[in-house]
Amino acid sequence: MKRIGVFLCWCGSNIAATVDIEETMAAARKMPGVVYVDHNKYTCSEIGQAMIREAIAAHRLDRVVIGSCSPRMHENTFRKTVEAAGLNPFYLEIANIREQCSWVHKDKLTATEKAISLIRTAVAKAARSEPLFSTEMSIERRALVIGGGIAGIQAALDIADAGFEVDLVEKEPSIGGRMAQLDKTFPTLDCSACILTPKMVDVAQHGNINLITYSEVEKVEGFVGNFTVTIRNRARSVDMEKCTGCGDCYAKCPSKVDSEFEMGLAKRRAIYTPFPQAVPNKPAIDRANCRYFTSGKCKVCQKVCPAGAIDYEQQDQLVEKKYGAIVVATGFDTHKLDNYGEYAYGKHPDVITSLEFERLVNASGPTGGKILRPSNGQPPKNVAFIQCVGSRDKAKGNPYCAKICCMYTAKHAILLSEKVPGANAFVFYIDVRTPGKDYEEFYNRAYEECGATYIRGNVSKVFPDGDKLVVRSVDALSGALVELVVDMVVLATSVDARADARELAQKLSITTNAYNFFNEAHPKLRPVETQTAGVFLAGACQGPKDIPDTVAQASAAAVKVVSLLNKESLLSNPTVAEVDIKLCSGDMSCLAVCPYGAIAEKFIEERHGREIRKRRVAEVNTALCQGCGACTVACRPGAINLKGFTNEQILAEVDAICL
Amino acid sequence: MRYSYYPGCTLKTKAKVFEDTTLQTARALGLEFAEVEEWQCCGALYPLNTEEVFPLLSPVRSLAQARAAGCTKLVTLCAGCYNVFRRTNRTMRSDAEVRGKINGYLEEDYRGQVDVVHYLEILKNDVGFAELAEKVSRRLEGRKIAPYYGCLLLKPRNEMDFDDVENPTIFEDFLRALGANVVEYPYRTECCGSYLSMANEEVAATAVGRILTSAFKNGAEALVVACPLCKYNLEEYQKGFREAAGSPAAGIPVLYFTELLAEALDVREQDGQ
Amino acid sequence: MKVTTDKINSNLIKEVEEVSGQKVSACFQCAKCTGGCPVVWAMDVYPHQILRYAQLGLADELLNSKTLWICASCQTCDSRCPREVDIPKVIEALRLVLLRARGGNYLHPNNLPARVLENAPQQGLVSAFRKYAR
Repeated sequence: MKRIGVFLCWCGSNIAATVDIEETMAAARKMPGVVYVDHNKYTCSEIGQAMIREAIAAHRLDRVVIGSCSPRMHENTFRKTVEAAGLNPFYLEIANIREQCSWVHKDKLTATEKAISLIRTAVAKAARSEPLFSTEMSIERRALVIGGGIAGIQAALDIADAGFEVDLVEKEPSIGGRMAQLDKTFPTLDCSACILTPKMVDVAQHGNINLITYSEVEKVEGFVGNFTVTIRNRARSVDMEKCTGCGDCYAKCPSKVDSEFEMGLAKRRAIYTPFPQAVPNKPAIDRANCRYFTSGKCKVCQKVCPAGAIDYEQQDQLVEKKYGAIVVATGFDTHKLDNYGEYAYGKHPDVITSLEFERLVNASGPTGGKILRPSNGQPPKNVAFIQCVGSRDKAKGNPYCAKICCMYTAKHAILLSEKVPGANAFVFYIDVRTPGKDYEEFYNRAYEECGATYIRGNVSKVFPDGDKLVVRSVDALSGALVELVVDMVVLATSVDARADARELAQKLSITTNAYNFFNEAHPKLRPVETQTAGVFLAGACQGPKDIPDTVAQASAAAVKVVSLLNKESLLSNPTVAEVDIKLCSGDMSCLAVCPYGAIAEKFIEERHGREIRKRRVAEVNTALCQGCGACTVACRPGAINLKGFTNEQILAEVDAICL
Repeated sequence: MRYSYYPGCTLKTKAKVFEDTTLQTARALGLEFAEVEEWQCCGALYPLNTEEVFPLLSPVRSLAQARAAGCTKLVTLCAGCYNVFRRTNRTMRSDAEVRGKINGYLEEDYRGQVDVVHYLEILKNDVGFAELAEKVSRRLEGRKIAPYYGCLLLKPRNEMDFDDVENPTIFEDFLRALGANVVEYPYRTECCGSYLSMANEEVAATAVGRILTSAFKNGAEALVVACPLCKYNLEEYQKGFREAAGSPAAGIPVLYFTELLAEALDVREQDGQ
Repeated sequence: MKVTTDKINSNLIKEVEEVSGQKVSACFQCAKCTGGCPVVWAMDVYPHQILRYAQLGLADELLNSKTLWICASCQTCDSRCPREVDIPKVIEALRLVLLRARGGNYLHPNNLPARVLENAPQQGLVSAFRKYAR
């Protein structure tokens, strides 16, 4: 007979207010195998843990059941506690009487009854637990960073500075991302390019960073410490070794298309670098718009290239590489405005998005930094800024707040007052949200010193009147109807997850929220980790974020990567599947359901009398197995067991509830 | 193709020309419109509260009849009827409680099997505007016409699903198929005041004045509508508006879209048959 | 106009929410409804204020408001509402509460000008009496 100790946690009033601890203890004392029962106000505290260690010694306990919060919260804490007392850490069983009981019930009677039932279940399981042991695995001490915006750049630099090799994969021809498109940055108004470009150059020159542009992640296999990633190097049509970046090719290219970098406000050529400070400063051919690739004639770039670097025959290359850790830093898209016909975007050239406005203000932008109306090239006198376009709108857009728009709109109002003296900024808002160091002061400056007029009201309609635009709203504070005649309307468009975020999430076995932002492992305590060990998040791919937060998160992700890569080896998770080959029928149902490719077929030789026969059985690759248990359910003869969750244990749990 | 046809009260009385031109043009286009037998008034307004269910009896009765007659589509002309029928049908498809009450009362088993369509939708989807353009014998070349959508065809946004609420194009595409010059103006979806013209005439008059001014400023020579109440308001207050504002906008003819269609297809001689 | 705990806790909000099927508390007062209302200039209480008054239980101000009779139910506001509040339904509920409580009708056939009776389309007359009478 096992000697089981049961410890009930009050969790302050979290559990004790809803579950009758005394009654639960009394019930636990009568459960088979239970020789000791105790309780504590905070079991996770040092005092609480000491109590468990002492009881194990004093009462010769060989199995421990703790009734407390979810194992997600403190399983590791308590495993260490029982291990310190000399028991195998897997002799611990947790009954979740908080999240699955006290937090979801109001009635003390039923909550207590359920808590008793959960304890009984855990006791039944603990009585059948076996010792489990981890094995050591090697680590590939290199990191992959996906996305070359400021998040990816910062993470790559920090990991590389710590002495580890980093591959930085970027899908565009240059790194830089959204930050490269911005003019000034809040709340200091320093020039975005001036602070970003040096970091881009650092990336290019860093001995530990391998820059892989115009490329995308195709496939991810393996697990923490040992990922195998297939990267598609898209055919650039330019030999990176030969190209000197002289720019003769794009000066002569006859094919012009809208520049993505300039948000369609200027043209680029079919062979192009996205912007002058591009890193690497070597062009790529956009084959969909190249005359040679679409019609078979042209080849002007090849003729003018002094280095002979143009290569129309290049093919996409698939490269397989190994990494110990991955940082995802794929950034964001701006919200599409198809649902906002009331703002006349796309119907009138003087209605623009905030990112387009950034390009207009930018010295390297299409107007050389002059704010001019796209319709007639004249400076605007009156400009309306509409906030929350596509944000906080559960009917037509994103229900969430995009977080950055209040601040960048204040910035735009300030820049307008600086660049166009005498111009008036009208900012339409629902609420102004400026939590952040020096943020409120920055907003104050917009209306106090720079003359912006803030109007509390969502704009309902924008329509052209002659060469002007009429903006209709109400000032909800005064109750005055508002009808402004302006020269330009700037829409503070919301922040969306990347269109392909879900696809990437699937490749990485990480999850997304309802709006396709990648999920962190814990919203407060594990903000840069994901539920998949070894995969970390940085920047707006995890949720809308400004530059300071993005950089902080990128550095945090880098620290997590570095502390992982610094280890000599990793301990494997011992709760993996195990095949009893005596029972295995070899029908391989398990292989079909395994999501991790951890099951393979194997042939064993068996002696039947004098004859030796070969028989097919399943085999688990314990390095790949994540312990999900799908195989154990699919196995008809019951030959597969998940260690720590054996069929026998689970049936005992069911019996404990039902019998 | 055979359609169940629901004319509604106004098309049989004040808007006779709407019905005449509809039937003439449908015939010319080879569309068979079979009038629902013993139809009743649709109620003119879809009930905007959770308590009134029985106003839906009348439209459901017509829809059930259309289904019994083997039609998959019921066509309406008046924007008011269209709004009521479309929303009623949607309710019958999605709200089991209301469906149960109505069917219990009518001793029917109607579940929204019939599609409610507007004649404009038939022209767009079943005839096709490109094909329609080919059938036009008297193109409305040089005619500057401003489409006026009003509200009932388009809104509520998530219930009508007729066209983009803010930037609809069906009227414009229709007019282009007839060869007319389409006048773009921002007030084409602004409310004309609707039934306020019965009890708050000055409000309706002002709303109408804005629409007309906007259309005129953008060069309209005529307005085209699909709603008898819009037409009434837009015509009724032109005069008062002209007197009050001295605006040259007064005197713009307001036509049903079927009148223009009949003209373009050259079938109007049959008027008064 | 004064907000008190009694008013905020009054039954009016509950009744309006029940009759309209709308959640008055969902409104965050962005006022997009008011900005686009085509007849707002004729209203004494603007659409976003209707919802605010309802949230605060300002029953008298709501029930005495001209707005209840000015709203044409054109549904421009709810088609743009970021909080999915059908404001015409809220206004309709207030109108119903009022017509029930006071018994009288806002519109009587005898009060219609002969010109209107003569020329108005049936659609308009039916609509008006459905809205303005009980």
